[in-house]
Amino acid sequence: MQAIAFYLFATVACVAGTLVVFARNPVHSVLWLILAFFSTAGLFVLMGAEFLAMLLMIIYVGAVAVLFLFVVMMLDIDFAELRGRVAQYLPLGLAIGVVLIVELSVGFAAWNGMEKKIIDSGTVYGTTNAHALGGVVYTKYVYAFQASGLILLVAMVGAIVLTLRHREGVKTQDVWAQMQRDPKTAVELKDVRPGQSL
Amino acid sequence: MDDFWLFLTILGQCLLVMVGVLISLAFLLYMDRKVWAAVQLRRGPNVVGPFGLLQSFADFLKFVMKEIVIPAGADRAVFLLAPMLTFVLASIAWVAIPFAEGWVISDMNVGILYLFAISSLGVYGVIMGGWAGNSKYPFLGGLRSAAQMVSYEVSIGFVIVCVLLMVGSLNLTDIVLAQDGAGIFSWFFLKQPVMFIVFFISALAETNRPPFDLPEAESELVAGYQVEYSSTPYLLFMIGEYMNIVMMCALTTILFLGGWLSPIGVGHGMFWFVLKVVFCFFMFAMVKAIVPRYRYDQLMRLGWKVFLPLSLAFVVLTASFMKIFDVQPWAYTDEAREMGRGAMMIEAPASTTEPAKTEES
Repeated sequence: MQAIAFYLFATVACVAGTLVVFARNPVHSVLWLILAFFSTAGLFVLMGAEFLAMLLMIIYVGAVAVLFLFVVMMLDIDFAELRGRVAQYLPLGLAIGVVLIVELSVGFAAWNGMEKKIIDSGTVYGTTNAHALGGVVYTKYVYAFQASGLILLVAMVGAIVLTLRHREGVKTQDVWAQMQRDPKTAVELKDVRPGQSL
Repeated sequence: MDDFWLFLTILGQCLLVMVGVLISLAFLLYMDRKVWAAVQLRRGPNVVGPFGLLQSFADFLKFVMKEIVIPAGADRAVFLLAPMLTFVLASIAWVAIPFAEGWVISDMNVGILYLFAISSLGVYGVIMGGWAGNSKYPFLGGLRSAAQMVSYEVSIGFVIVCVLLMVGSLNLTDIVLAQDGAGIFSWFFLKQPVMFIVFFISALAETNRPPFDLPEAESELVAGYQVEYSSTPYLLFMIGEYMNIVMMCALTTILFLGGWLSPIGVGHGMFWFVLKVVFCFFMFAMVKAIVPRYRYDQLMRLGWKVFLPLSLAFVVLTASFMKIFDVQPWAYTDEAREMGRGAMMIEAPASTTEPAKTEES
């Protein structure tokens, strides 16, 4: 049963990943990407890493891919023309692909024996994913964890600074000021007599 | 062979829950319209069946019988996929809902995260449906909805974190059991009143209910992302939407209103769960009837400038309170351990009790 599920998820992930590149319509590409994420989450569940699977779904599928879709749908680019210049970008794409494959193979070559190391590093059998992860992340790797948080914070501040601009003369709604207005100061009653101006 | 029987049992359970949810949905829809009508001093549906009780079934038949119209410039595959996705996502969320102690199809350890993930996927149905119709109003509605749902998800996430801090477990059954004790007084809505309100309002926004139904604002966008839909695809959208609403009611019940626990402390059971869900749904219907629609910038302001800082502050507050007064999360108490549901203490690193599984290849 597990083997069937594994091959199902793995096949779907690979096919969807390929279609991300080959789909004609960029919106379809993003949808295939979402399917690939989804299948990967399924693979995580099969490995017993349900916490990571759910995080993948929430963060990548639920937030990041939504923004991708958002941007791709709003773009007004002639994609047929863009595709015509595929040959121009082919060497660059291939180079990136080769680098990724080399990095992955180096990583997996060093993997041998890592499984034992992970088990030895204090993850305890019988606890749930979240407890086990929390027990390691907040004790042994707390500095690495804080550092990654700091990097994300800096990135966020950077993104805000890049898009922040002050424009003169823009009217914005100040809810607090509106709520503090009071008829006595805002409205002045004038008694206008017939035949007279103010 | 055992696997096969297990498979059949789970299939039967899923079918049972599905049928139960769909039938109760028909009557909840009727209730929604009746409450709305009563507030506006109308009668509401009262023709089909006694008191109009069969109105939803009549509507269902009407939707199914109609012709499916697909706009000429539409992306057919995505256009039809969107309502199906909405419906499927709305229905698979129910596997993790505990209706009573042990009455749950999948008692998974990450239940609350699962529900959160599924509800965050709901935005795809809307955004795909809005885009695939190749029409202006649906597209605007889809974009609005995507922005709205992503914004309010953030505060819902922090509210859930607040509850999780007190429970110490992501399991939904644990969350309910942690509220056991002094009846209604130990439910979380009394311990976290502010977060309860924030969650309720965010749930309204997340499910595109009035007063946050900007994606389908009739006065400006006709019906938003649903404009181009007719017949069964529209029906799937509508059922999916209402299922999400009931889902949010169930989540409110589990997180803050003690799930299946009875308010007097004895006689727990599914009855209470259903009663609380119906109560939450009644509140949703009342809000729809008595609150005017928000403007879009006000909606965004509320989500990002009010709820996000507020819920973040309460996460810090709850955590600090528990640290300073040395309150243990429920899962780490003796009571939980006696029930066999608590979390095991994490042992210090590099002192494994289990022999390491060595498989030198």
